Amino acid sequence: MSKIKVNDESQEVTFPLTVTGLIKLNNVLQPDMVSVQLNGEFLERQDFETTELKEGDEIDFLYFMGGGC
Amino acid sequence: MDFTGEQIERYSRHILLQDIGVEGQEKILNGKVLVIGAGGLGAPILLYLAAAGVGTLGVIDGDVVDLSNLQRQVIHFTPDVGKPKVESAKEKINQINPDVKVVTYHEFFTAENAFDIIQDYDFIVDGTDNFPVKFLINDACVLAGKPFSHGGILRFDGQTLTHLPGTACYRCAFHSPPPPNAVPTCSQAGVLGAIAGMLGTIQAAEVLKYLTGAGDLLTNRLLTFNAKTMNFRTVNLKPNKKCPVCGEHPTITELVESEQAVCELKSK
Repeated sequence: MSKIKVNDESQEVTFPLTVTGLIKLNNVLQPDMVSVQLNGEFLERQDFETTELKEGDEIDFLYFMGGGC
Repeated sequence: MDFTGEQIERYSRHILLQDIGVEGQEKILNGKVLVIGAGGLGAPILLYLAAAGVGTLGVIDGDVVDLSNLQRQVIHFTPDVGKPKVESAKEKINQINPDVKVVTYHEFFTAENAFDIIQDYDFIVDGTDNFPVKFLINDACVLAGKPFSHGGILRFDGQTLTHLPGTACYRCAFHSPPPPNAVPTCSQAGVLGAIAGMLGTIQAAEVLKYLTGAGDLLTNRLLTFNAKTMNFRTVNLKPNKKCPVCGEHPTITELVESEQAVCELKSK
């Protein structure tokens, strides 16, 4: 098991693991709608499938919130 | 500017603050702030900015008050149902603070009117309820070099960021609007009324900090919270080189109305 950080919380995962895999692992509600930051850089959606995570990576999932009225 | 005795008393709790003082209060009284949307977020934003004495408050909203709004849109009262939101908001602002000049726009914020309206203001606040307009506000402010506060709420969650020219914008993080109906709105999924107050007052505090120069703004940071856990978190952001509006090779150089906005306006 290796450690990464997801939304500031430590998570133990098994490599190899892509960003798409991590999204599935975390049961992200709307996987097509999540914005992903990897070590402070935003990833393009088309790269989720091919981006391999490594020990110590920090991932932020950001979600759309469209309300206000 | 000379304060009247009444003003010194009214604003005494601001004047007492070392970071604001008489000078800061004067900046607030000279401030011009546009609030887009007089709904769940707009209500607390407007109430607090009015109480704080922001000199000119612009309010734009094409809607009328609906009974289902009253669960969270605390600037509107039961007898206001059916009244244009901008009129209802103006009445309350005038009652809270006669120092405030209110400019109302009973229309929606669109690609056509965006630049004309924002040019008169120092700071813009997003209190809207749909993605096309949130992206439109972002693009208009980035292209016009105007600072603004983004806010979004849904169910038990809220998030906000403040943009100043050169700092990360909404598109840096969220690129482009989700397809229509891909992400539910508050009217589809619901929202805890008090969430609007929680996020709206954070946005109002950012406006007052911006006007007075007090503290550190939520620039290059996205604040998110969940009211079920009451966990607050700030995610550090940096300007995205690939951002379509503020990146190195922008593809958005003028304002375009997206499909969804047009549909939603037509259905209203």
